[in-house]
Amino acid sequence: MQLTVWTYEGPPHIGAMRVATGMEQLHYVLHAPQGDTYADLLFTMIERRNKRPPVTYTTFAARDLGKDTAELFMTAARNAYARFKPQAMIVGASCTGSLIQDDPGGLAKSLGFSIPVIPIDLPAYQRKENWGASETFYQLVRAIAGPKAPPPGTKRPDRPAGQRAKCNLLGPTALGFRHRDDVAEITRLLAQLGIDVNVVAPMGATPADLTRLGDADFNVVLYPEVASQVASWLQRIFHQPFTKTIPIGVSATREFVREVAGLAGVDPEPVLAVASTRLPWYSHSVDSTYLTNKRVFIFGDATHVIASARIASEELGFKVVGLGTYSREFGRDVREAAAKYGVEALITDDYLEVEAKVAELHPELVLGTQMERHIAKRLGVPCAVISAPVHVQDFPARYAPQMGFEGANVIFDTWVHPLMMGLEEHLLAMFKDDFEFKDGALPSHLGTGHAPASAPAVAEVAVALPQSAPVLDGAASEPAPTAPAPTGAVWAPEAEKELLKIPFFVRGKARRNTERFANENGVATITVETLYDAKAHFAR
Amino acid sequence: MTVHVSGCSSAAADQLVSREIRTESGQREVFCGLTGIVWLHRKIQDAFFLVVGSRTCAHLIQSAAGVMIFAEPRFGTAIMEEKDLAGLTDANDELDRVVTQLLARRPDIKLLFLVGSCPSEVIKLDLSRAALRLSQRFSPGVRILNYSGSGIETTFTQGEDACLASLVPELPVQADAKPSLLVVGSLADVVEDQFMRMFDALGVRNVAFFPPRKSTALPSVGPNTKILMAQPFLPDTVRALEERGAKRLAAPFPLGVEGTTGWLRAAADAFGVDPAQFDKVTAPNRARAERALAAFKNELGGRRIFFFPDSQLEIPLARFLSRELDMQLVEVATPYLHREQLAEELKLLPAGVAITEGQDVDDQLDRCRLARPDIVVCGLGLANPLEAEGITTKWSIELVFTPIQGYEQAADLAELFARPLVRRAKLVA
Ligand code: SF4
Ligand code: SF4
Repeated sequence: MQLTVWTYEGPPHIGAMRVATGMEQLHYVLHAPQGDTYADLLFTMIERRNKRPPVTYTTFAARDLGKDTAELFMTAARNAYARFKPQAMIVGASCTGSLIQDDPGGLAKSLGFSIPVIPIDLPAYQRKENWGASETFYQLVRAIAGPKAPPPGTKRPDRPAGQRAKCNLLGPTALGFRHRDDVAEITRLLAQLGIDVNVVAPMGATPADLTRLGDADFNVVLYPEVASQVASWLQRIFHQPFTKTIPIGVSATREFVREVAGLAGVDPEPVLAVASTRLPWYSHSVDSTYLTNKRVFIFGDATHVIASARIASEELGFKVVGLGTYSREFGRDVREAAAKYGVEALITDDYLEVEAKVAELHPELVLGTQMERHIAKRLGVPCAVISAPVHVQDFPARYAPQMGFEGANVIFDTWVHPLMMGLEEHLLAMFKDDFEFKDGALPSHLGTGHAPASAPAVAEVAVALPQSAPVLDGAASEPAPTAPAPTGAVWAPEAEKELLKIPFFVRGKARRNTERFANENGVATITVETLYDAKAHFAR
Repeated sequence: MTVHVSGCSSAAADQLVSREIRTESGQREVFCGLTGIVWLHRKIQDAFFLVVGSRTCAHLIQSAAGVMIFAEPRFGTAIMEEKDLAGLTDANDELDRVVTQLLARRPDIKLLFLVGSCPSEVIKLDLSRAALRLSQRFSPGVRILNYSGSGIETTFTQGEDACLASLVPELPVQADAKPSLLVVGSLADVVEDQFMRMFDALGVRNVAFFPPRKSTALPSVGPNTKILMAQPFLPDTVRALEERGAKRLAAPFPLGVEGTTGWLRAAADAFGVDPAQFDKVTAPNRARAERALAAFKNELGGRRIFFFPDSQLEIPLARFLSRELDMQLVEVATPYLHREQLAEELKLLPAGVAITEGQDVDDQLDRCRLARPDIVVCGLGLANPLEAEGITTKWSIELVFTPIQGYEQAADLAELFARPLVRRAKLVA
């Protein structure tokens, strides 16, 4: 048993639902108790889809156990077939359904439908959501595209001269982190290169579309967590090569352009020459100087974590102080990536462990999932979300891809805004005696009421202390972190007064750092000296 | 799917309007009883809820709670793994380990509920024995109880029933012979306080609420205890209290002016409050609430409403909306219908209203589309798809989380239904 407060991934049948819901004309009959229907709201409320997921639950109850749960399954499958008339059906069980051992696959076969019925066996007590998505996608492709496979030993015929290359985009699902916009961005990029998209799958594809997967010249793997297995299989069976670079970040996107151009036999240079993204210049601009060596902690799925570490380090000039993933299946890749930054990867799906790590590392920015957003908020550290698990705010109305050149722009904005100090920080130092900048003055965007000023802001202190600013942006409506962690050290009145001279947006951090310093050094009373000792200690 | 339509003919229902009740069984679109944790952990402030279940269960409460809780929540899941099922580890040892770990982390916990789930029920993990064993180990500091919120046994609000029923044996025996009133069912603190002032003004003394805000302040119960149900989904709790000698007062539920008055009156009558005094005390509140409601009558009067089954609040809500706001009831579906405890409500429902117990969601959606009601009350899984079809909805879960009981909230309750309609009327794009 594992004690959890929050979990990063749902059970594997949620992964199957993400595949089924992303597709069209496919129906999923799931042997599950009534409460498992909660999953529908992930799609209709979090992703704001306007249709119910194509899932029929048998919703068996205790009184059905041991008598007619198999019959219930067959009735549900029959009704779903008649009502939804899908092109194909997948059948399986949720964690509870699997315990009662009704064999949905066998039962569904016995109903003799005239469409492909694919049993999806998901070991609910061993595996999790992403694995479930990957396995479901793989079983579907194998069952539906498999019959079109060329005889073993035959070579892929060469593409006729003059015919444009085409590829499949593999991996986007329902409830994916920015999948919708990534697909659009990459499709556009490929079009610029003169490459056509044959099938996007699972998202948007019908089972009939899957039969055409083999027509593409190669495959683009957008999300390895979902698509690796399918891509390897297609390579083995259909001899289609697939891409290894994930186009997140400027450098990676450039490499991706070269990689696909190579597979398609086109010239990447014209596209690279015109490709524009503001990230490199914004990053070089003087205003970004303050980003230098900002200490960043990164956690999420393997794909986004590896890409983010590279962007953080090479494209924004941050220092990666910690990095990890809940995708155990990709632990090796993440460990390799971590080694590049001289840190040890944290491979865990225990939220509490991640929390402890963030507290220990004291980063200045957290790049994580919605879980890390909560961790960061509690610790008073700014945070940007880079990966699933998702939240309603990860489905913005605006176009906000993570991939490609536009994705790099989006990333610059999303990561840097929480740090929004830059120029303002210097202004604070320059105008420290200006009444507008006095301690306790409310940010201008929060209306006209100014809190009474109590002491002038001593900005020099703020500049050198590690900055933590749940400032401006969305975070402004939340109370600034004030409650210090339980501590043994007590504050001397003068030290407390000195602390008040530190601008409010870094005060919480200064207080915590000082207390931590005091506790670690056995200081019982925090004096002004301790405050500055701590400042010196943590100054990086 | 099976449907049977039965007439009301049982002896207990002799005063009931004879009505047909459609019973459906098919795919349901409801939460399981684990969801109750989401509000119960806010209500009983020193309790922790440990679900013994699967990753699905953990995911469910996380999704239902919306990952929106800033502090570490007072609930968690002991996720069963392959090795627990395959007997490679002793599930009981594992549970003890997890509980020990949890209590070390959270020394503030005074009451720990082990919450059973479908998987723990199916593999017959005996949580009552585990609770006993662990109680011995951790008493007197921590009390450990168990109940099941599993989706094979409970829907949505039934989890609260199972939780409260498990607490009943812990209630102390009432020592004195003075009559006391026990209000049963979680209410928002603000609503409790309003009712407390009302009982006080009526001269009804010895009033306690169950569940209490602190597990260390459990109310006592005995033959002199009268039960007033604040929520309609608590049959097992009430039965357990009755076994301890308490008597349930027949009453409607305190939704709307009429429901609140009927509810308070049931208590007043049982405590011998002079009817004139009752009228005097309640008149100003009634008048105020009616004034506040009048504004919504224009908005809601004549509108047609359709209830999908979810919280078991459907019948009292339908009664309120039809009688106090003149809404027309197209269909009122409820996951379960406890005929006896809802008798006072059923009497007040207009004759001939279509009542459904249980659900076959696809059939129900067909009926709903055909009827094109002005507003639909449904769970979160159905709301956006219906909105996309141009049907205005109200999430039923909001009715469980929002203070809606009592005079002061009557207009708030009406507003919850008016707002989606006002919104749809406003939007032109
Ligand atoms: S229905 Fe059962 S398995 Fe599903 S979440 Fe509820 S208790 Fe867990
Ligand atoms: S309320 Fe029923 S139990 Fe009572 S008569 Fe009606 S259907 Fe039967």
